[in-house]
Amino acid sequence: MPETLAARYVRRGTAMLRGLGITFRYLFKPPITILYPEEKRTAVQPRFKGRHWLTLYEDGMERCVGCELCVIVCPSQAISVRAAENSPEHQVSKGERYAEDFQINELRCIFCGFCEEACPTGAIVLGREYELAGYTRESLIYTKPMLTEPYPGASGRDPQREV
Amino acid sequence: MTDLLVAAVKSAVLILLLLTAFAYMTLLERRLLGKFQVRYGPNRVGPFGLLQPLADGVKLLFKESFRPAQVDVIIYLVAPALSMTTALFVYAVIPFGPEISLFGHRVTLYLTDVNVGILLVLAASSIGVYGIILGGWSSNNKYSLLGSLRSSAQLISYELALGLAVIAVVLTAGTLSLVEIVRAQARLPFIVLQPVAFLLFLTAAIAETNRAPFDLPEAEQELVAGYQTEYGGFKFAMFYAGEYIGIVTMSALTTTLFLGGWQGPLLPPLLWFALKTFVFIFFFIWLRATMPRVRHDHLMAFGWKFLVPLGLLNIVVTSVVIILRST
Repeated sequence: MPETLAARYVRRGTAMLRGLGITFRYLFKPPITILYPEEKRTAVQPRFKGRHWLTLYEDGMERCVGCELCVIVCPSQAISVRAAENSPEHQVSKGERYAEDFQINELRCIFCGFCEEACPTGAIVLGREYELAGYTRESLIYTKPMLTEPYPGASGRDPQREV
Repeated sequence: MTDLLVAAVKSAVLILLLLTAFAYMTLLERRLLGKFQVRYGPNRVGPFGLLQPLADGVKLLFKESFRPAQVDVIIYLVAPALSMTTALFVYAVIPFGPEISLFGHRVTLYLTDVNVGILLVLAASSIGVYGIILGGWSSNNKYSLLGSLRSSAQLISYELALGLAVIAVVLTAGTLSLVEIVRAQARLPFIVLQPVAFLLFLTAAIAETNRAPFDLPEAEQELVAGYQTEYGGFKFAMFYAGEYIGIVTMSALTTTLFLGGWQGPLLPPLLWFALKTFVFIFFFIWLRATMPRVRHDHLMAFGWKFLVPLGLLNIVVTSVVIILRST
């Protein structure tokens, strides 16, 4: 039996009142958003792509071998590498060459993570830090001393890992 | 002379109060909508964001006074002013309280007691539609025009329902003066005697003020911002002032017509009036947080096929009851 006109109006009216009731209940819920600069989430997701690090082996050797694959794969051309030959007196990485200079323009970077995927030695990784603002353009071109992790494992990656 | 002075002071205070109310209504709405959506809302400027309206006002004042190509300049400038002034004008006849004694003077807490008060209110709100139509037409923009056409269609349809609800109240009170209507509710507010008219009035009032779920004139997804698309800076603020003061007006009017205006036990009359008005303002915001927008043909069908017949029926019943009681 199709519902009568009156029944339909009653149904719609109660539906509206129920809706109002639901929103009114939500009025007293504590906000799920946080007051960002004062409050911060304790941790980002494990696969979060943040600031870049050039990682080290456990013994302090640089992982980067200056192959420039990251430069080639980078879709926004944010990376610039100048490679140099290792010599027995000056052994920086475990390959033939090492990165004499390594710069990433954080303003150009789109944090796609292709560099990390392309890297044959797992040297370049995207870390957890996301507060990357600055006052000048120059301050956001990260140079090699800024990118290299201060000690093995400082970026949060295991220094004993293969790649 | 003194009368003139008193009237001038009262108008100045009223305008000041209303503009402040407008400013803080924007904040209240944003904060409340935030709470409804389980977030904070603007809370950065000043304590609890209390200076946010001030910051917004200053921002709007210092914006470039942009004008699109080939607008009808005079009408383009007049439209927002018309929208705001008509919204403010209504308060001339709304009573906020009884007569009080101030500095040895008898001061009435309303600007004037016009014997056709409620008609004046309806007339002023109808003129307010011109602000919207002219604004949309003079902007030389199809979205503006579509928005203003929708708006005028909606306002004209729902003004009818509004008028029918008001007629029922006028019949019950036996007067058109808002001051007298409030006095007629001394024993029993009209919400008890006229519940159908109350619901009718409230629904039509929401449509009249272009509020959700009847906010089609500014349906962002279809019309950018409707009739105010081409307005910026202070002109935009004036349209907004008109809109928000319109909400306060409708709330105050509902209070006056159905809840006994300033009358109430214990608390002072002004406070009662403010409290009752606030309840309706809250309801408007609450409704916006709950209801999705209705479709335009549904809106028209609801207005003409449901509200208007219901209003007419209500008037018939009311008239018959009044005649039966008087004989």
